[in-house]
Amino acid sequence: MSEGEQPVSGRERVTVPKTYKLHIGGSFPRSESGRVRTVEDAGGRFLANAAVASRKDLRDAVAAARKGFETWSGATARNRGQVLFRVAEMLEDRREQFTSLVSDAEGLSREQAAATVDTAVDRIFWYAGWTDKIGTVLGGANQVSGPYTSHSAPEPLGVVGVLAPRHSSLLGLVSVLAPVIAVGNGAVVLVDRERPLPAVTLCEVLATSDVPGGVVNVLTGDAGELAPWLASHADVNALDPTGAPESLRAELERNASGTAKRVFDAPAAEPDWNRDPGLRRMRAFTGLKTVWHPLGA
Amino acid sequence: MTEPSSDPWGYVPALESAELARLRDEYLLFVGGSFSDGSGERTTGVNPATTERLAGVPTTTESDVDRAVAAAEEAFRDRWSRLAGTERAKYLFRLGRLLQERTRELAVLETLDSGKPVKQAGDFDLPNAAAYFLYYAGWADKLDYAGFGPAPEPLGVSGQVLAWNFPLLTLACQVAPALACGNTVVIKPAETTPLSALVFAELCEQAGLPAGVVNVITGGAEIGDRLLTHPDVAKPVFTGSTEVGKRIQHRLAGTGKRPTLALGGNGTNIVFSDAAQEQAVQGVVDGAFFNQGNVCGAGSRLLVEESIAAEFVERVRDRVRTLRVGDPLDRNTDVGALNSAAELDRITRLVEAGEAEGAEKWTSPCALPGRGYFVAPTVFSGVQQSMRLAGEEIFGPVLSVLTFRTPQEAVGKADNTPYGLTAGVWTEKGSRALWTARQLRTGVVWANAFNGFDPTAPFGGNRESGSARTGGQAGLEAYLDV
Repeated sequence: MSEGEQPVSGRERVTVPKTYKLHIGGSFPRSESGRVRTVEDAGGRFLANAAVASRKDLRDAVAAARKGFETWSGATARNRGQVLFRVAEMLEDRREQFTSLVSDAEGLSREQAAATVDTAVDRIFWYAGWTDKIGTVLGGANQVSGPYTSHSAPEPLGVVGVLAPRHSSLLGLVSVLAPVIAVGNGAVVLVDRERPLPAVTLCEVLATSDVPGGVVNVLTGDAGELAPWLASHADVNALDPTGAPESLRAELERNASGTAKRVFDAPAAEPDWNRDPGLRRMRAFTGLKTVWHPLGA
Repeated sequence: MTEPSSDPWGYVPALESAELARLRDEYLLFVGGSFSDGSGERTTGVNPATTERLAGVPTTTESDVDRAVAAAEEAFRDRWSRLAGTERAKYLFRLGRLLQERTRELAVLETLDSGKPVKQAGDFDLPNAAAYFLYYAGWADKLDYAGFGPAPEPLGVSGQVLAWNFPLLTLACQVAPALACGNTVVIKPAETTPLSALVFAELCEQAGLPAGVVNVITGGAEIGDRLLTHPDVAKPVFTGSTEVGKRIQHRLAGTGKRPTLALGGNGTNIVFSDAAQEQAVQGVVDGAFFNQGNVCGAGSRLLVEESIAAEFVERVRDRVRTLRVGDPLDRNTDVGALNSAAELDRITRLVEAGEAEGAEKWTSPCALPGRGYFVAPTVFSGVQQSMRLAGEEIFGPVLSVLTFRTPQEAVGKADNTPYGLTAGVWTEKGSRALWTARQLRTGVVWANAFNGFDPTAPFGGNRESGSARTGGQAGLEAYLDV
């Protein structure tokens, strides 16, 4: 309904609006709770109703992410790269659509929004190229003093819980999600209430880019309600609190301590997503595995 | 003519002299470059192998923590962070050399204080501790090339609460990279094993290290908590149990500080039917009983392929039967004393729980000394996944045996704990060894080996083993603002 004006004469057609749902295990279900919340644009105009995920949806998403992780981490790094390149292609293909979504969500001009979408495409493209190189950069041969060969390589941690940035609805989301999945993790992403629509549409891009179901699960709704459960969930291996308001950070970190989870050291304020992301996030969401073997004829 | 011995194959004791430790009657804290008493009551350190007094040790209050952190803060601001990397490197090199020179003394001291066999202290703990300083000395002036971008910055004061199982080695693992990166440290060794850290302070003095760069205080859990949560400690570091690590992470929530946690494990040796059996037996026994099993990465579980299980377990028992338990100062001793009465009690209860849950217990028929905190090496077979033995950190000379039929089952069982630190894989088939190594969700995998440790090789775990890495380039990350 955000697309186009209301018809005033018989020649104009009525548009078919999209229902914005969750993304769990490769499917697009409604919240099992049946809850939705109105989403408005920066000017207060009605855009859509977005699903408000429940704790049950969260548990389902974590279970799906665990399965997704098993598949995804078992794929070759090259294959993960190819899939992420495909995501960049699909996102480029929908440039106009995302420009509108980002413009509406963030109150940007079309030019500004288009520039943001371009950077988001480039960001995924950048991470796609990293999948089969990060091992050489973060890992290597250990020159141990003894008759052994020893090498270390970064491995994904498993399921990573991500609180999507609250302001940057596409570029910010892509900037936190891409490093998590590029290195082979599964993700459960919580998208807060203000700007959920680009995230849901991004899931359509992922679903048509051969990202295996469950690798990325996106729950829209009230991040403050679900995040504490995500932080304490025993089958979540790491937490990225980037989108968590400062008031929520301490509680999330306390909950994460129950399973000694790794919590990403995210700045309190949302960073400038146009900056070079560096390796920090890929380093944070991997752990080195060191393998030894004796030498001998 | 001498009488023939009743045990012609027995060992002649090869005792190291306790004198070598040059024990002092009283030890002092090291704060701001000078030795001083703590503001708590003085207490005594005990030799766990004899329960006799070793030396007087100071205890501390919060004011000692505060003055140590203040000294470290001042040293960081005014001296250490301003020093060129190449000069820091030479101080680390001096510390490494001093450790090498005083290895025999410190090995005996470590043995007296911790109960570990002197053979191991001298052949493993001390050489590795020295190697850590020498290795990280080399990084101090090469941080630009460590992969964290140009000119990575130190964090400030690191508060370090260390473990009792490898007192001086865990110190080296954390202090060496901390100093190399330009941080200063306040070290709190474990309450029951403070002596080697207090003597390390002497080494710092001999090395001419600027005052306040290394500070050593003593104390128990409360002092440790105080240190790690001190507002002026930029980098809290904890080596010890998962339970305490979680508590520390909980207490630091919302402070913006990320503790570096090196926590527990319940490691596994996976033995396939085609393994070289003699080597596998030796590896399994080393994995479980090295340092009395008081190793975060100990191979407390044996997963053996069902077709060879009965025979293999018999061979393991035969080998365990030959382990000599007793005086840690005897160079023949394989298994020394547990570190404290509390540890002996904990292991005793865990063994009782294993029996109560229905596992089959076998204990080495070795003679135990009449005093001290000793426990005979124990092997449990018929252990099920649901038993405490299979899931909890054991941290004592107790091996649990489980079986498997397929590689997938082996990996699944190995990973079925909250931990993810170490594993060993034994097979003559290269592809299977590497496949298994890749599947396991642990930070370290030894294929046809166990317990390999080196400052160049990152060591650490996943999940509830804590995510810290010590060693290698990766070991710098905790101490840089990156």
